[in-house]
Amino acid sequence: MLFQIKKISFALVWLSLLFVACNKTDNNPTPVNELEGLKQAAVITNSTHTITLYTATGTFQTGYNAIYFQVKKADGSLVKNATATWTPMMHMMSKSHSCPASAITMKPQATATYGGHIIFQMPSNSTEYWELSLSYTIDGVSYTATSQITVAASSHQVVTSFKGSDSVRYILALVAPTQPKVAINDISAALYKMETMTRFVPVDKYTIMIDPRMPDMGNHSSPGNEHLVQGADKLYHGKLGLTMTGYWKINLQLLDTAAHTLKGEPVSDANPASSIYFELEF
Amino acid sequence: MYRFILWLVLAISTPLALLAQKKTTPNKDTAHVSMEEVVVISQQNLSQKMEKPLSSLDNYLEKSSLINMVRRGSYAWEPFINGMSSERSVITIDGMRIYGACTDKMDPVTSYVEITNLAKANIHSGSAGTLGGATIAGSLDLVRKKSYFGDTQWKGIAFTGFETNNRQWIAGAGTSIIRPRFYMDVDATGRKAENYAAGGQKEVLYSQYAKYNVSSVAAYRLGEHRHVEASLIYDHALDVGYPALPMDVATAKAFIGSVEYVQHHLSPTILLSKTKLYYNDVTHIMDDTKRPIVPIRMDMPGWSKTAGFYSVLQGRVAIHEWNATLSGHHNYSLAEMTMFSNDSTRKDMFMLTWPGVNTDYGDLALKDIIAINDDWKATVNIGVGVHHNKIANTFGWESLQIFYPGLKQSKTRILKRLSAAMEHKGEQLIYSLALAYGERAPSVSEGYGFYLFNSSDRFDYIGNPWMKNEKSGNATLTATYAGAKLSVKLTGAYFYIKDYIIGKIQPGLSPMTIGGNGIKRYEQLPHATIFNSALDVNYYLTEKLTWSNRCSYRRGIGSDGINLPLMQPFSYNSGLTYAHSSFTADANVSGAVKHTAYSADYGERPLPSYAVINLSAAKRFAFKQQSLLVKAGVENLLDTYYTTFSDWNRVPRMGRNFFINLLWNY
Ligand SMILES: [Cu+2]
Repeated sequence: MLFQIKKISFALVWLSLLFVACNKTDNNPTPVNELEGLKQAAVITNSTHTITLYTATGTFQTGYNAIYFQVKKADGSLVKNATATWTPMMHMMSKSHSCPASAITMKPQATATYGGHIIFQMPSNSTEYWELSLSYTIDGVSYTATSQITVAASSHQVVTSFKGSDSVRYILALVAPTQPKVAINDISAALYKMETMTRFVPVDKYTIMIDPRMPDMGNHSSPGNEHLVQGADKLYHGKLGLTMTGYWKINLQLLDTAAHTLKGEPVSDANPASSIYFELEF
Repeated sequence: MYRFILWLVLAISTPLALLAQKKTTPNKDTAHVSMEEVVVISQQNLSQKMEKPLSSLDNYLEKSSLINMVRRGSYAWEPFINGMSSERSVITIDGMRIYGACTDKMDPVTSYVEITNLAKANIHSGSAGTLGGATIAGSLDLVRKKSYFGDTQWKGIAFTGFETNNRQWIAGAGTSIIRPRFYMDVDATGRKAENYAAGGQKEVLYSQYAKYNVSSVAAYRLGEHRHVEASLIYDHALDVGYPALPMDVATAKAFIGSVEYVQHHLSPTILLSKTKLYYNDVTHIMDDTKRPIVPIRMDMPGWSKTAGFYSVLQGRVAIHEWNATLSGHHNYSLAEMTMFSNDSTRKDMFMLTWPGVNTDYGDLALKDIIAINDDWKATVNIGVGVHHNKIANTFGWESLQIFYPGLKQSKTRILKRLSAAMEHKGEQLIYSLALAYGERAPSVSEGYGFYLFNSSDRFDYIGNPWMKNEKSGNATLTATYAGAKLSVKLTGAYFYIKDYIIGKIQPGLSPMTIGGNGIKRYEQLPHATIFNSALDVNYYLTEKLTWSNRCSYRRGIGSDGINLPLMQPFSYNSGLTYAHSSFTADANVSGAVKHTAYSADYGERPLPSYAVINLSAAKRFAFKQQSLLVKAGVENLLDTYYTTFSDWNRVPRMGRNFFINLLWNY
């Protein structure tokens, strides 16, 4: 019983601390640190500015990357009124191509941090490399900055690029969960189609069907799943039930607006996995 | 059905037939108070009449017609009262509530008491009569032996035994120190057994076990009518094989401690007051390291901690003999499952099979035995409990929300019970009728279990926190006749259970267990009925020779028409006992008819009939204050290969087994 009381009082102290912490941020509308939780991933410079790029992990990886950056003048002050676009280019042995990249907007509640997402379909290596170009305008003056960046291979498959039965090339990337739990997880994904080697556009109103499986345990499934449909943020959202930790293969099927399957196969005893899938391990 | 009718006819006709008999010498000693069945196993006279004085407690309890022991291996059988699983009964040690830590029921409360430190087992049938808390099936309280204050005395017992079939060694010793103001009992027992062989010398793999148990009680007298008592049990089992299950136990530990304050003769109306505080801590480490081939390796440890109290007042006012009990306990149960991928680069797969469940329970029970006149006695019981569950582990709470979106962390239930009984005690005939109503909350597994594999029907079970209370109405009829030559006891108990909790298939859900049949979720049948009957007939052929017969039959049917699992088919035991001064010999046959009312939906298969023969003999040698009891015998003389309704997954019973028990009292 004493133990119980101790636990409760501990919880109360903890709660009150949290409350104080929350109050603090509420009372102070200017966040102390716009880069909270972010790590520096790359620096791109030109003659006028230093642009520092940040991600949650401090690296660029294959798949969906939420990327933030700040533009610093030579005097060290941050630029607060830039408008920018970015172009990632993969320079391969025989050809070059781009990848899906979002528009750039100001980070919510930030004054000098810009952000968006880029979906790298492949990692860079010694001979094939990614180059990121930023074009930005400050007070009507245009600038560009370009640099080679390193894109590491994700330890698990979180992006898949494939040709649908409609002969369109799609790129599908897992956005969340980044920290999966044994629970019903919110799952989201970004879906683009490739119009040219350098033009990728978001696809609207399709359906992404999911079937999570554990191949190491007889390929069992899980309950509580809901297929992904598009939300207001253009991403696709659904529910993912994970009944235990470990390695999960999220088998996918992509359906168009008329519910025709463009890619992916249902999982059965005879067919243990779909040709398109994501992987999660936690 | 015809059997039911047969029994009904028997039930009606037997008392009439017995009434017709005229016996001159009544033998009231053999007539139990029919409201309560007591299996007496007294240390002081660990009697030679017992078939095997050092057998496991499981074997003993199985001899009560109210109890079946469901067997998953050589050790730690699960007691079923009135044909119902242990969730439906309250099982206590000296009134203490203990929650098992095993999701596979490998550690029933009865496994923590050794036969050598048990005084008696009080068994109440149905929700009637129990002061231990909310129950449907009944209650079983294991009362440990203890000394009492007295003239300075020092006693001891040492015992050993050996059984050939599984090379089981049993050894132990106990001692009692008695003083006018102090007493203490300590005893220790160890057992070690290898795999046993079923009939025909067929070895049953993973049936080995080893365990030791230490039990101690000490008391100090504070005044003429007051004393304090402290008690401790430490039980440790190691390397316990469960041949009927896919997993074994590496170690199972229980620490059970209590302190009690007792006061007698508080006033002319209050004769006794007892207050006990207790705590117990159970650790259960289940794994499959001994199994050479498994689809996937896994560990399934579990922990259970319980703190509780009870306070009893007993007294007498005019014709009323009353008892009031206030009790409460807090339990925390947590069980994990970790699966190890065959690909060693992969992370372990982890889940909580019991999501850290707190159970808080408070109970008030009142009992009044009214002696209406010399012949008639009425008993009234009323009890109410407040039952509160909370999923204390966030990981577990989130896990369960996969099945129950929006599941609240807490749930409170009120559990009521009420019973009334009338008993008529004649010269030779005692009969009683008890009517009872009781409710119970789902158990931790039934309410909150997460992918608990049942190796009988091979389904993964999911708990259901949204179930209603299970409710039962039951009627028990008992008739006992005690004559000079003949004693007969007939019991019939009928249960009508509303919102009966049982697993139901969830189509479309994929089992987690490799090779599993699917998912079952605990749900509630509109109702189920269970009928229990037992008949004991003892005939005293001569002064020295007794012919004892016992038979019982149970039937359980759900409202969906299915047979309930683990119901006893017509089973019997018939034996001759010869006793002459310090020598006894016993020959008996026990068996069952073909089991046809089995439950295929719950993984059961039909069973052929069987009968086995057991022989034993005992002799007590006395030397002044000391005595030596030697008992030897053979069980399953013909080495019959058989299995019974209560053998989980039909794991066969032991083949021919010779045993010898030596008990030295000093
Ligand atoms: Cu276990």
